Amino acid sequence: MDSVDCNIVNQLQEGLPVCARPFDDVAAQLDIPVDELLARLQRLLDDKLLSRFGPMYNAESMGGALSLCAMQVPPDRFDAVAAQVNAFAEVAHNYERDHLLNMWFVIATEHPAQAVAVISDIEQQTGCRVYDMPKQEEFFIGLKLAV
Amino acid sequence: MCKPLDAIDRRIIVATQAGLPLLAEPYAAIAAQLGLQTDEVLQRVAALQADGVIRRVAAVPNHYALGYRANGMSVWNVTDGRIVELGRQVGGLDYVSHCYQRPRHLPLWPYNLFAMVHGRSREDVEEKVGAIADLLGSHCRGHEVLYSKRILKKTGLRIKE
Repeated sequence: MDSVDCNIVNQLQEGLPVCARPFDDVAAQLDIPVDELLARLQRLLDDKLLSRFGPMYNAESMGGALSLCAMQVPPDRFDAVAAQVNAFAEVAHNYERDHLLNMWFVIATEHPAQAVAVISDIEQQTGCRVYDMPKQEEFFIGLKLAV
Repeated sequence: MCKPLDAIDRRIIVATQAGLPLLAEPYAAIAAQLGLQTDEVLQRVAALQADGVIRRVAAVPNHYALGYRANGMSVWNVTDGRIVELGRQVGGLDYVSHCYQRPRHLPLWPYNLFAMVHGRSREDVEEKVGAIADLLGSHCRGHEVLYSKRILKKTGLRIKE
């Protein structure tokens, strides 16, 4: 990555205007032609330095529900419970974390009622209590990494 | 959310949820693909952004590939009356990605503010967590940092057409 790439990553995290030619202003600020900006952007995506470029959608605003859930899973059953939890298509992410609450997963559904049903099914199948931690307030999403 | 998504909104979302085409006029390409006018696509994308369905049209960095190899979920027990004000300050920090207020589950879980902290190393994360502790001061009655030991599952969020 050269300094132009770094500036592209820094600038494009902020967001582009919604207009017919959204790259023009950023290209002018970086003092490069739009074609070069697009080629560099493609390379940053190909090299996986950027994971995506485009509209960042908010699941809740589409009527869906997203909840963070935690469980205290007995260590000797951890992998079996992970397999049970991961088998639910509604479980988008699942992480093992270093804590008494050692399994943390995100449930994403198109309708809030489905999330309640999934949580109850997971509790029944695993015998572990699910601590549901839906967000009550959102303060920021996105990262402004300086590179 | 102001109004429900209609069929055309959903088609636009499906066409762009993997990303925007890397062209000087990306919305014209989306419009051509969907058989719509460019102006209509632009108006609808702008309306989706105004309604909060689209947070912004932006690049999402791969923080790991960019050298931010450590991340910790920092959780804080913050005075309820101050949480909105302090949550905004924490969420505004450059190295914090997601920042939310979530419910406590007493006695096991006293924490109501979650902030994902990214750093180049675990020491870097700890230093940044220390800065958040300073910012919260006496309005915080305790905190922990949970590091991930293993990714058990990671899939993207996708809506269906």
